[in-house]
Amino acid sequence: MTTAAKTDKALAKLQKEPKPPKPGKSGTAAGEKAGLSQGQIVRKRFLGNTGAVISLVLLALILLLAYSAGGFFGIPGWWKYTHNQVNDLVNGGAPTLQLFPFSLGEHPFGQDRLGRDTFAQTMRGVQISVAVMFIIGLVGGFVGVVIGAAAGYFRGFVESVLMRLTDVVIIIPLIILAAVLGQLAGSRVPAGVQPYVLGLLVGVAVWTGLARLVRAEFLSLREREFVDAARIAGASSTRIIFKHILPNAVGVIIVSVTLSMSSAILLETSLSYIGMGVKAPDVSLGLLISQNQEAFSTRPWLFWWPGMFIVAICLCVNFIGDGLRDAFDPRQKKFNSKRAKDAPVQSPVPTPSGPGQLTDA
Amino acid sequence: MVTYIVRRLFTAVLILLGASFVVYQLTALSGDPLHDLRESNSPNKEQLIQQRIELLNLDVPAPVRYFQWLGGAARCIIPAQCDLGYAINGQPVTEALGRAMGMTILLVSAAAILAIVIGVSLGIATALRQYSTLDYGVTFMAFLFFSLPVFWVAVLLKEFAAIGFNNFLRDPEIPLQAVLLIALVSAVVWFVCASGTLLRRLAAAGIGFVLAAVVLWVLSATDWFAAPGLGLVLIALTGVAIAFGTTLLTAGLKNRKALYAALISAGVGIVLYFPIQPLLAQATGLMIFLLAVATILVGLAAGYLLGGYDRRQSMNAAALTAFLTGALILLDRFMQAWPAYVDNSRIKGRPIATIGSETPNLRGDFWIQGIDTFTHLLLPTVALLLISLASYSRYSRSSMLEIMNMDYIRTARAKGLSERTVVMRHAFRNALIPIATIVAFDIGGLIGGAVITENVFAFAGMGQLFIQSLQRVDPNPVMGVFLVTGIVALVFNLIADLVYSALDPRVRVKA
Repeated sequence: MTTAAKTDKALAKLQKEPKPPKPGKSGTAAGEKAGLSQGQIVRKRFLGNTGAVISLVLLALILLLAYSAGGFFGIPGWWKYTHNQVNDLVNGGAPTLQLFPFSLGEHPFGQDRLGRDTFAQTMRGVQISVAVMFIIGLVGGFVGVVIGAAAGYFRGFVESVLMRLTDVVIIIPLIILAAVLGQLAGSRVPAGVQPYVLGLLVGVAVWTGLARLVRAEFLSLREREFVDAARIAGASSTRIIFKHILPNAVGVIIVSVTLSMSSAILLETSLSYIGMGVKAPDVSLGLLISQNQEAFSTRPWLFWWPGMFIVAICLCVNFIGDGLRDAFDPRQKKFNSKRAKDAPVQSPVPTPSGPGQLTDA
Repeated sequence: MVTYIVRRLFTAVLILLGASFVVYQLTALSGDPLHDLRESNSPNKEQLIQQRIELLNLDVPAPVRYFQWLGGAARCIIPAQCDLGYAINGQPVTEALGRAMGMTILLVSAAAILAIVIGVSLGIATALRQYSTLDYGVTFMAFLFFSLPVFWVAVLLKEFAAIGFNNFLRDPEIPLQAVLLIALVSAVVWFVCASGTLLRRLAAAGIGFVLAAVVLWVLSATDWFAAPGLGLVLIALTGVAIAFGTTLLTAGLKNRKALYAALISAGVGIVLYFPIQPLLAQATGLMIFLLAVATILVGLAAGYLLGGYDRRQSMNAAALTAFLTGALILLDRFMQAWPAYVDNSRIKGRPIATIGSETPNLRGDFWIQGIDTFTHLLLPTVALLLISLASYSRYSRSSMLEIMNMDYIRTARAKGLSERTVVMRHAFRNALIPIATIVAFDIGGLIGGAVITENVFAFAGMGQLFIQSLQRVDPNPVMGVFLVTGIVALVFNLIADLVYSALDPRVRVKA
């Protein structure tokens, strides 16, 4: 056992060393230097992508603002109002935010008809929506990886059962499945934890795409020499999966989970908008828009702020996911090597799975 | 091949059975269908509850109820025997679903066709001009559209496109600032789209500015928006331009025979403009369809008779020109009916609708009804279009880039083919192969994705039926909607695989 474990460690080390540079790769001179680990190369490439780094900083600032202003886990925030507190109308409820000279004023984002502070509501909405977004992304990612890995590694009976299960879930249009689950969460769960239960349930519904991706990755990786070597050295299946194959598939997984988060926030806000997601008294960005759309002509700020935050968060997550894809996947840069000095921006959607599915149906 | 299809259909049925069971149980679990009655104060409350329990078989546990539902649904294989159960208000689901399905298909197909045409052309254009300002601009827009929540866009569209435009129609005069602003935007677009030296691009920007300003000024001065129309002169000019354009794309201007064929078919359209007006006055949907077929046939015949060294190219160019010229004449006829539509007592001068799928009790001929459908479809279609445009442009860009770096493209260039032939005949066609499969996958998703859009615009389609039924915990209509979307998704997945193997000989289906 000990010898097996030792060989294992050596093998795992071997795989983590940089792969030989692929022909045609260009524009990433930083990654070509010898002696950098895979992680270092990826980090360097990611940090070289201006759009992605700006998005990362912006997203961090938004989260910092939302969580520090509103407070969380019972820790009070620095903002004087809470999202459900009814105040006197100041200035007819119009926003008091001023940029030149900068001053927040009494209600920077304005107030709604009842006098509730829009800034506090929006910050609370960002907190809830982002939390649900992360829960959906992580739960969906976890389930997808487990199912995809099991199907891809064990093949045979396990694979056919799991893949038929994936087929069953994948043909239910996501918005229909999510709406039914959202309704379920809304009717059976107390109000305080309802958004998180919603995230959990919807997360369990969105794993299908990732499961197929991970399965395909495992199918190709399990035939590689280092897996054979590990198996001959006596490593168990669990060990091969977690120590040998999974680290090599981590790029695909991270990119896919990140991009799924951007669609998760759109999904959650849409559900809340149609009344199947987060419900009052709690707030989410989608719910705020739904409550305030009739007031568009009289109080447009009630509508603009939550919408801008959704777009900003989603755009940031998309750019980050895109930057991660470029960083993890050198093949993406093979086009037009002459002009590849400029950092190309790649598609925000996963590359089409194409004809690979033909044979397995 | 047949074995493959049969096997696929068999698995599809099994998958559908499993998925429908899951959806039924989850819907039944998601709330209490008697909720509204339990809270009501009506004196015959008990009786109403009993009635509903009988109507929906609520005394039977949900898993068993599913099989009762399945028994009715299975009879749908025989036409006119369909029984999808009753909705909570006592209406048969098949009836409600049939109407809703028609509206959704209308909405989704309009949005899908436009998104595919615009998205693919944008993707190809950006791929051919990789890393240009145009490329970066379109890429950023794609990311932005990708991140837009559809309900938010929808509310903005209602506010600015519908209410704003309707207000503008009351006094259709464009103020000078607006003319200058729009002309400036047009100048920027021309500058970005033009290629070559800075001087050339600046010249293009200048042309764009002047052109937009003059057009807007003329439209405003002649009150065009109150009584729009194209007129014979404009149709003739555009028709000739279309003839040149289609020939340029399909055959190249050097192919004189193709050019003449296209010009002839445009000419036939222009000559027929006046004679056909009385016929159009009594138009029906079927007649328009037949006319469209006849137009294409005329084009094909023109191309065939003129021939040339490549008969098919001439036929394509001429048929496309004929079709587009015919569409222009049709558009002109719709515009002629526009003032009558706006003045209609049901419309009251506010033509662009923000909610609903048709104006109730509107009476009018084919053209009035057509405009009514158009004004109701406009906003939801634009909302859906913006969202799906982004992914098509990205996919076709990456697909085209991959193809343009293939060896056979280099070979085609090396043997001296013109750039048009290389792009249109060698690269474009192959770039469409992966897009064809994505389109097929997407159609299934789009029908489901219209749920939110329909809800915002109160468009009486399947999405709205679904949401309303789900809110009342009414499984039968929910199952009806799921059945339609599920079958569409499965069928289009199968089509995608078959199309792929038909288009790409490297892929063979495993029989």
